[in-house]
Amino acid sequence: MCTYDTATVGIRGSAKMASGWQGVDQAVVYFDHPVHFPAGHALLLDVRRASGNPADRIAIELDAESARQLAATITQILDSVPEDLL
Amino acid sequence: MTHNLRAETISIIGHHGDVIEAYLAVPTDVTTCGAIVVIHHMPGYDEATKEITRKFAANGYAALMPNLYHREAPGAAPDDAAAVARASGGVPDERLVGDVAGAMAHLQGLSTSNGKVASIGYCSGGRQSLLAGCRLPLDAVIDCYGAFTVIDAPEGSAVRPTAVVGEVANLAGPVLGLFGADDQYPTPEQNDILVAALDAAGKSYVFKTYEGAGHAFFNVDRPSFHPESAVEGWREILTFLSATVA
Repeated sequence: MCTYDTATVGIRGSAKMASGWQGVDQAVVYFDHPVHFPAGHALLLDVRRASGNPADRIAIELDAESARQLAATITQILDSVPEDLL
Repeated sequence: MTHNLRAETISIIGHHGDVIEAYLAVPTDVTTCGAIVVIHHMPGYDEATKEITRKFAANGYAALMPNLYHREAPGAAPDDAAAVARASGGVPDERLVGDVAGAMAHLQGLSTSNGKVASIGYCSGGRQSLLAGCRLPLDAVIDCYGAFTVIDAPEGSAVRPTAVVGEVANLAGPVLGLFGADDQYPTPEQNDILVAALDAAGKSYVFKTYEGAGHAFFNVDRPSFHPESAVEGWREILTFLSATVA
């Protein structure tokens, strides 16, 4: 199925792409057909600069369990950081 | 039939007079033939859909696949272009119809044209093929597992297609629908609603739902590929085209 389920979120940071390090300002999260990961559907994440070259993105395709673990781990790490460092 | 063909990337005039990329495949062993517009799936103007386009030419039809994401990302890799298009909210319906109209005009201008043009689309393209058939004088329409033809996509998504079922009275030609019994987007029940609407509008159609198949059973390079359904589906497609645009 094409779920079309898509969420975009503004972000601030940098990412290393095929062209090198770039500033990024947008993450697009969706659950749909992956391009490379051998599954019918996957959690897909594009980290990009909205005004950048289409090829300048980090594309990640994860199975649902991996995506949940990653999301939980990110939150866990952030929760453990002293408040004055955030 | 020798299955001889020529395939190449060309430019066509799409919606609003925009010049967009397209992939054309034409049989070279015929003097006249029908034609088909191929609408790619959401992952984009990719190699697998180009292969489908060539298969139509090998079977005697001029086939043209417009790159629906050309404006967002000219020259980009298909997956990168699809990512940009998704981040931009997807392809607006009006633009899709304009691009299919441009593809129709190009096909009808070929020296081999018999004047008849069908459309086919896969996945998101299935819905778009039906939509194009409701708004353009297509001689036949093929919908391969298009979701959100009878209901709108849920609110809150950055990409949100809406139902087409309210427009089916405008269809100019018959519809072939090919679906998987295990698919949930669209569900067999949703396809029944579409059938009821076609009946109510007095439209001609053939709907096939394949047991054991889910979504995207034609995709030879994905785990969803279901060989028995794909083989039977191709037979249905070629029979349908022979009856409608050959």
